[in-house]
Amino acid sequence: MVTAADVVVPAAAKPLGATPAGVKLQVQNVSHHFASQGARLDVLDRVTFAVDPGSFVALVGPSGCGKSTLLRLIAGLEAPSEGKIGAAGVRVVGPDPSRLLVFQDPTLLPWRSVRQNVALGLEARGVLDRERHRVDDVLRLMGLEQFADVFPNELSGGMAQRAALARVLVNDPRLLLLDEPLGRLDSLTRMTMQAELLRLWRGAKFTGVLVTHDVEEALLLSQTVVVFSARPARIVDTLPIELDYPRHRDDPAFVALRRKLLSIMNLARDL
Amino acid sequence: MSEIIESAGAEGVPRAPGDAAPRVAARRTATIEPWASGRVAVALWVLAAVVTLVWRDQTFWSRTRLLAAIEITVAIAVALVAALPALGELRARVSPNGHWLCATALGLTAWEVLTAKTGILPLPFFPPAQSVLEVYTDDASRLVESTVYSMLLLVPGYLLGGAAGFLAGVSIGWSKSAHYWGHPILRFVGPLPATAWLPIAFFFFPSARSASTFLIALSTAFPVAVLTSSGIASVSKSYYDIARTLGADTRFLITKVAIPAALPNVFVGLFMGLGTSFAVLIVAEMIGVKAGLGWYLQWAQGWAAYANLYAALVVMALVFSGVISLLFVVRDRVLAWQKGIVRW
Repeated sequence: MVTAADVVVPAAAKPLGATPAGVKLQVQNVSHHFASQGARLDVLDRVTFAVDPGSFVALVGPSGCGKSTLLRLIAGLEAPSEGKIGAAGVRVVGPDPSRLLVFQDPTLLPWRSVRQNVALGLEARGVLDRERHRVDDVLRLMGLEQFADVFPNELSGGMAQRAALARVLVNDPRLLLLDEPLGRLDSLTRMTMQAELLRLWRGAKFTGVLVTHDVEEALLLSQTVVVFSARPARIVDTLPIELDYPRHRDDPAFVALRRKLLSIMNLARDL
Repeated sequence: MSEIIESAGAEGVPRAPGDAAPRVAARRTATIEPWASGRVAVALWVLAAVVTLVWRDQTFWSRTRLLAAIEITVAIAVALVAALPALGELRARVSPNGHWLCATALGLTAWEVLTAKTGILPLPFFPPAQSVLEVYTDDASRLVESTVYSMLLLVPGYLLGGAAGFLAGVSIGWSKSAHYWGHPILRFVGPLPATAWLPIAFFFFPSARSASTFLIALSTAFPVAVLTSSGIASVSKSYYDIARTLGADTRFLITKVAIPAALPNVFVGLFMGLGTSFAVLIVAEMIGVKAGLGWYLQWAQGWAAYANLYAALVVMALVFSGVISLLFVVRDRVLAWQKGIVRW
């Protein structure tokens, strides 16, 4: 039986450039609601937490509880109804290439080759000519060299998600927001990609926020797990994970943490 | 590290390279087998030639021998393709159409028998094949000239209309205020057939030619605008989210995200617009322009020259389907990413 922990977690990959360290993320008293057809739908209820620069936090909770909305707010794609979000001490007022999102779907632009997709951010900011070499660096880092000129619809799910990761990493994000990025992958690919995420994070030193409803994934990757309630999402508990990387699913300490986390989530008796 | 990358790389290979090999081999052996429908086609084309040449025409037709010569040429050509190993590649391409080759020969023979040989189908409405052939040999210059005139009218009108429709569609699909003002006009005026504008257009425009160009443009612009705007409006929101977080401004979102995503729709609109523009072209030529294939049809009908009429219809079919094929070639180029073919 192969587990992700058995896959050798490689030495930290070298950062792509003069990589700046991750930034501090502050979420203060953030509430959010949607108004649709006169009805008000509350999704976030006074959420407050902070993530230290360069650390990796997992947000877990029932599906549909509003975690993804929180990531969109942090990314600056929408403004919170109440409360403040700060990145690197500056209030978030809109999207910025230093804070990047990876979705569950790779959402690669289907008319662009993998290389062109990866180059999207550089092109959008008009620096592609100057920094074209970074595209090749990232393709190599993600093991995508052979697929550089392939269109997304020719890629497998795992490769497409790699390309999606490459597309954000080429911009050297200081805060990487991962919205169940591995949710659609088969379990073996998923394990490989978990190790890969860990390698990338340890190499590039960005601050990572991972939304997942896979408890093991949260425990394998993150230094802190923040547990949310059902909608409207409140923070139920915050669990520090002080295990060394790489972590092993059969390590007694890991098993104990998993049981603890599941009981916080009221899931223990079902399993 | 290399281990992980390698395993992941293998999993990402979309198609095993060995896949295609057996199919190619099967096809190759198929071409060595005797081509049954080809043999029948040779026989039928020889029959057509014999009927044409040996059976006396009821009235004199100047191109009967030429017709027979063409029929026997086809027979010889098919025989060569069927027999010569060197033409195996050509045969592989032609052989699926073997039944069509047979049917064409039979149809031509039946046409000959019913018209030139027995007169069961009366003149002038049913001219024999040799009389249509005579149009091509004796009136070719006028046909070519008419085709050129038609294209000179169609192409500028179509390009103008396509561009206008595209720009209108992008604006209506993208901008709320353009949608507010443009959409009702499109809905109200768009369904009017462009030919309904004909009397007004010929009155307002300085020449029949400019009026016709306008009408062709109008008939093209409507479907292009409708489909472009719906294409732009239905672009997945997450594409915009991705591009915005990566630092895209509005201009980038329109030109690099919205428009490429809408292109499949745009091409459907261009295809529909091409169909309607053909109709407008022919009507405009019949009524106002006095040149081109539409005019030729009407001129032929005025002289009861039905052979010319059929000859012009064949030319028209060839030209128009050629133009449509050209559009499809362009589309396949531009939308290569849609087809999912392996490109390395």
